[in-house]
Parts: sequence; C-alpha cells; structure tokens
Amino acid sequence: MSEHLTQDHAAPAFAIVYPGQPGDAPATPKQVPHKGGAVNPSVAALRAKFGPVIGRHDVVWNETTVFVQRDKVAEVCAWLQSDPAQSYEYLSDVTAVEYRDAVRPIEVVWHLRSIKFRRFLRLKTELPKAGKTPLEVPSVWGVWKGADWLERECYDMFGIKFTGHPDLRRILMWEQYKEGFPLRKDFPMRGRFSRSEQLKNALSANPEARYSMEELSIADAFEDLPHDMRKRIGGGERTGE
Amino acid sequence: MGLIEAMRKGSGSDSKIVYDYDSSGEQPWVTTSLDFLVNWGRANSLWPMPFGTACCAIEFMASAASHYDLARFGMERMSFSPRQSDVLICAGRVPFKLAPVLRRIYQQMHQPKWVISMGACASSGGMFDSYAVVQGIDTIIPVDVYVPGCPPRPEGLIYGIMMLQKKIREERMERGELREELAPDPSSQLYIPPSRIDELSEPFGNSVHQTRSAP
Repeated sequence: MSEHLTQDHAAPAFAIVYPGQPGDAPATPKQVPHKGGAVNPSVAALRAKFGPVIGRHDVVWNETTVFVQRDKVAEVCAWLQSDPAQSYEYLSDVTAVEYRDAVRPIEVVWHLRSIKFRRFLRLKTELPKAGKTPLEVPSVWGVWKGADWLERECYDMFGIKFTGHPDLRRILMWEQYKEGFPLRKDFPMRGRFSRSEQLKNALSANPEARYSMEELSIADAFEDLPHDMRKRIGGGERTGE
Repeated sequence: MGLIEAMRKGSGSDSKIVYDYDSSGEQPWVTTSLDFLVNWGRANSLWPMPFGTACCAIEFMASAASHYDLARFGMERMSFSPRQSDVLICAGRVPFKLAPVLRRIYQQMHQPKWVISMGACASSGGMFDSYAVVQGIDTIIPVDVYVPGCPPRPEGLIYGIMMLQKKIREERMERGELREELAPDPSSQLYIPPSRIDELSEPFGNSVHQTRSAP
C-alpha cells in the first residue's frame, strides 16, 4: 500500500505545464494597479493591422479595454481568433452598458480570452443614443458559435440588433413581450404596463409553443412530441414575434 | 361503525386534535360520519406536487428530509405529476414567463386539490417588485394557505400543512361549492377582476423607492 502511494507521489498521473513557466504555477498577481498597468500586447498588434479602426485603449486593474469602430467588429474579432499570435479562442461574454446620461453612448462589450497565451482582452464599441443611428452591430456568430445565445440575451435586454445573427429573438423574456427592453435606462422598474395587463399577456402565451426547430433538434426531442405539436411547430408557429 | 367511533375518539397522531363537530343532531348522522371518514383520509394522505423555483424549495427539501420528515403527514410520496397529486406547494418566486405553466399545472390537478403558497415571493412577489415577477400567485390560481418567511423554516411549512389539514377536516359534503373550480375569463384568462389584481400588486414597503428611471 505504502509503496503504491510513494510511487504515485513520485510520478503524478498528469502535470499541468503553463507556457513560459515550466512546472511553476503562476501565483495570483498581487498589488495590481488600478490604472496604468501593463497593456495587453494584442493592442499594438491590432493597431499595426487595422490602423484607424482601433480607437483608444484603457487599462483598469490590469485588464485592457480597446475601442473598435462599430462596423468593423466582426473583422477584428475574426482576426483575433484566427491569428496564431493572438489566438483568442474563447468568447466569455457579450453584453452592453447604458449609462445614466442622455449623451454618453451605449457601449457593446465583448470579453475575449486566449487560453493559449493566458490573455484577456475587452473589446468595446460605442452606439450613440442621440440621432437616428440604429442600435446595430455586426454579429460575431460566424467567429464563435457560442455568441448565439449571448447576443440573443443582449438583444432581449437592450434591443441591440446583431446583424448576421441566424436566429435573433428574445431568450429570457417570452417572445411576444411588448413592453420594450428591460435593461435600458428609460425602462421603468415595474415595466410599462399595469400588473393585470402584464399577467393577461403572460397567461395568453401557449407554454408549449416556446421552442424553435433548432432547439428541438438539438435536444433530439422533436420526434418524441405529440403529433399535433409536431405539426404546429413544424409549420413554423411560435407564440408570435 | 366501530371504526368511526374509534377515530372520533382519536388514535395515534390525531389524538390531540379536537374536532369541531356538530353534535346537536341537526346534521344527518350518516353524512357527518362519512365526511369525517373522507376528510380523515384526505387530510392524512396529502400528496404534494412540489413546484420549487427558488430558495424556498431548498427549505422544502429540508422539510421532506429525515430530520423534519414530511412523511409523518402522509406526504412521503412527492408527486411530480399533477394528475396524481393533491396539494400544489409553490415554493419560490414565479416569473411571468412561468405563469401559464403554473396555471396549467393547477388545471391538470384533479379535485379535490389545494394550494400552499410558500414564502414571501410566492405569496406577494416579496422583494422582487420588478417587471418580471408575478406579485403573488393568488393572481393566477386560488391559494388555501400562505406561509410567510424568506424562506420559511421547515417548522413554518409544517405549521402551514397542519393548517391545511385542519381546513380539510372541516370540509362538509353539503358545501359542494368548495370544490367548484373557478373558471378563468375566456378572453383575458384572468379569474379575478383586473382591478383586484392591480390592487393586490400595489407597491409596498421598500419597493416604493424603486421607481428611478433615466433623466
């Protein structure tokens, strides 16, 4: 028994080797400056590659934020994902920020992570609130398939349209929700309608007709549904959009 | 009738309960005795349909586990199908998106059926006076017992269940309207008037300060 244990101790089943630090696990960084930490090297590479498309950058708590021109987001993301020197394989989050300010633009935020180089990069783009500019940004679904539901959530909560998204509809609120976009600052806390109106709208929904063909085929559930439901959903019926 | 007499006198866990009985002879003996037998059976074999949506469901699980042991109330069988259940225990907040689901589960249950609204959120919306949360499930389905608390302790839930049992024991066959189901209005699907729903959902307490919006 003890022999077995000592053997295991001498040669562990697997070892995690971090790039640049063989056999040495990196410690959690201490005394991180609030502003003015080390800039992510991807920023310089982005400026060399895209020039004026890349706006200002900012480092807060050692996390780099880069502003990107709105209509070039998908291109920039595709390059960051595919370039072997950048290799941002993982999209953590897509979200948006609206400030309690009539002039300050809405920001759409992408959190990128490079597992290979242990880097984090935050891309932002600005959508002006004033004027007639539509709240539209290109979808990055073509770069990371995981952007699908993240962009749907962002659309659901802020009303930002992601052009090129294959199935942009509400994800958290039900699809016939008519009150607007809940995380916008002009949205009242309790919603726009009276409680009885909200309840009436909610209860008129068919609880079974919530799923798209894509979701059902993912779950392999479509064939198991009752005949009438298959017919209804196969015909493209949803609760209405 | 020896059995009924024995049960009237009480045995086992029921021995401490005093039954509110009409002994004046105004009620027919057969129906009161049958009421007693039926209610005794119903009250001591409530099969719950747990509708757990939030932290109250954790306390509900604690109540069902061995320390508090809901099986003492004939509740050892959690019925995850509405067709085989007697009491719907709604534990947790209900968002508007779930409202038609809760309504349908209630409609799928067979009579006799009862509802326990467990916790502040299920009873009134609780702290979630927001665009997404139903302000009390009594705006969707009729409720028999409200259990306050955030979340209620298992003792609180058990007290609520005992109150429900008391209510069941006092049911009388002659009052058939107790088991008549409220039909929702076909156009709006509401079973109580909209003005009553708005009144029930009015802001209260701390939530009146939550009305900030953009300048």
